[in-house]
Amino acid sequence: MKAGFESAAREALGDSQLRRNMARATTTIRARRAAAVAEVEDWEELREAGAAIKAAVMASLPRQLERLERAVEERGGRVHWARDGAEANAIVTDLARAHGAGEVLKVKSITTDEIELNQALAAAGIRAHETDFAELVNQLAGDWSSHILVPAIHRNRSEIRLLFEDTIAAGRRLDEDPVALAAAARGHLRELFLRVPFAVSGANFAVAETGSVAVVESEGNGRMCTTLPEVLVTVMGIEKVLPEWRDLEVFLQLLPRSATGERMNPYTSIWSGVHAGDGPREFHLVLLDNGRTDVLADELGRAALHCIRCSACLNVCPVYSRVGGHAYGSVYPGPIGAVLTPQLRGLPQAPTLPWASSLCGACLEACPVKIDIPTMLVHLRGRVRREVGAPRGERAALAAAFRVLSDRGRYERAQRLRRLGRGALAQLLAAPWSRSRELPEPPPQTFREWWDERG
Amino acid sequence: MSGEPRAALLVTCFNDTLFPDVGRATVTVLERLGCEVAFPAAQTCCGQMHGNSGAHEEGLALAARAVRVFAEEPAVVCPSASCVGWLRETAPRLAAEAGEDDLVAGLEQLGGRLFELTEFLCDHLGVEDVGAFFPHRVAYHPTCHSLRGLKLGERPLRLLRAVGGLDLAEVDDEDCCGFGGTFAVKNADVSTAMLADKMAAVRATGAEVCTAVDSSCLMQIGGGLGRARAGVRTMHLAEILACER
Repeated sequence: MKAGFESAAREALGDSQLRRNMARATTTIRARRAAAVAEVEDWEELREAGAAIKAAVMASLPRQLERLERAVEERGGRVHWARDGAEANAIVTDLARAHGAGEVLKVKSITTDEIELNQALAAAGIRAHETDFAELVNQLAGDWSSHILVPAIHRNRSEIRLLFEDTIAAGRRLDEDPVALAAAARGHLRELFLRVPFAVSGANFAVAETGSVAVVESEGNGRMCTTLPEVLVTVMGIEKVLPEWRDLEVFLQLLPRSATGERMNPYTSIWSGVHAGDGPREFHLVLLDNGRTDVLADELGRAALHCIRCSACLNVCPVYSRVGGHAYGSVYPGPIGAVLTPQLRGLPQAPTLPWASSLCGACLEACPVKIDIPTMLVHLRGRVRREVGAPRGERAALAAAFRVLSDRGRYERAQRLRRLGRGALAQLLAAPWSRSRELPEPPPQTFREWWDERG
Repeated sequence: MSGEPRAALLVTCFNDTLFPDVGRATVTVLERLGCEVAFPAAQTCCGQMHGNSGAHEEGLALAARAVRVFAEEPAVVCPSASCVGWLRETAPRLAAEAGEDDLVAGLEQLGGRLFELTEFLCDHLGVEDVGAFFPHRVAYHPTCHSLRGLKLGERPLRLLRAVGGLDLAEVDDEDCCGFGGTFAVKNADVSTAMLADKMAAVRATGAEVCTAVDSSCLMQIGGGLGRARAGVRTMHLAEILACER
């Protein structure tokens, strides 16, 4: 993120294949989501309920996590607490080592991407196999996720065909048909599901009341990974906990319609601890903080933790849908990433992200838990200015503009001198503006001059 | 309404300085409808630019100034959805966060009397046909602050449909035009990419005029169309409503 969003976005905008892939994909998902949401009469009430549950969770997080821990352990699971990514990675690596696992299966999990678990495992000589189709594509390509839900959204099917022909289907000629591509992936994955007895997943939700963990997915790979292996380790951000079993009712409606535009996702796997003769014999839940309690401390910013990772805000965002995910320099791209990444990593690590938005409000309108991302962006812009600082030219220009605008006499004199059109602020703005747009001619008379003249 | 309804004009610094015709048109329309228009000359800027740029102290100081300037006015009319959105929604939240309780109260009090132009015409005056005549094909671009912020909905369209001779085209694209205040220059490339698609959508309507309720968005769209010599001009909705046969 050091280079900043502006330059990363400029580079992405020049990639015509990416632009086309992104435009096609986001246009399709937008329409699907709109149709799926329009079907639900009480959609607004569901959003309200989702927002209220999440707010209540954040207000009682320590208690809910302790309830969750108790319930999971009562049902034969084991709970681990990780302050940061390094601790979580060490816990997972140690568990794999203890079981002599040289390979692990992965269910698509952004949380494990956030802590770079695959790299940590590799450093310990353990190979992680991504089993989600798009994660597999990215892993084979040495690429990384550009979308929360559709990690390879930046690629089209012909790119994927060529990639598969070079890797998991080497020596074969594939059809570009999605069914053929899926079959190639399935052939590769099936062998892994049957062979590797150790899996790592993330979690969409965990219920404190019952100790149940839920993974919601479309491909069945998650079901395979949470049922076939002998050992299952789930890495979960602490904000994912829900107080009661009945809360799932709200989120299992909100999530699929917002995410893929489906009434219900194809696979919802929910498990509670371990059961003799059924599913994994060992279950570990790693509760990850990694900056989340810092986010909680910001009263206006903490609602970013309400996110259920549906990515509706990405798909509707006019910025994201043009530049793609990589420009955000984080596994959390798009509008939610622009408010989450700077808070999780610390503002100095991502100071340009709060400006990666025109504040158009499409994200708030689409968010199933009503996170007010536009206001949060403005709030974070203020924090960046205060805590990290602003470029000198910008600071000086805004200070000069404030001096002029806060006094009628100075304002009118500046208008007469056309300094508002030629002053520091205008100088700063004119060059980047004029590269692609005409500047309006200053009018011969201001409004107030006309009003005075009219008497 | 009894007698002449009084309307205090919050013209915005942007219109005052760069697009005075929008202010004049607003006065024309309001007076045609029998309003007594006032222009409190102490007004400068509502603070939106500073506030949205992260200069919250300055933005709130300017918002407080607007609260003071319009304190005695029963109804305030503003031909800018984004300035109204700032004063009514964003500024109160930032003021609350800064612990400026008096300002929060002042903004909420102003918010109840503050109308975006089409809100004032449709809701406060209850008028849709303002007696305008404009025989041109016009594309209406719903700006983000009018569409998603203030949720003006059909109001601007109802006003446009009632204009004599006007051939209305809706732009089949609700994405942002790419202006976004300082976004247009801080992220000029993304802003331009968004503008390119907006211009294509506007041109696809075959309209000769593109209108909206925010001069800032129109400066972006008009700046792009002008650079492309597209033969489509931009006019604020107030300017169209001010036209007569």
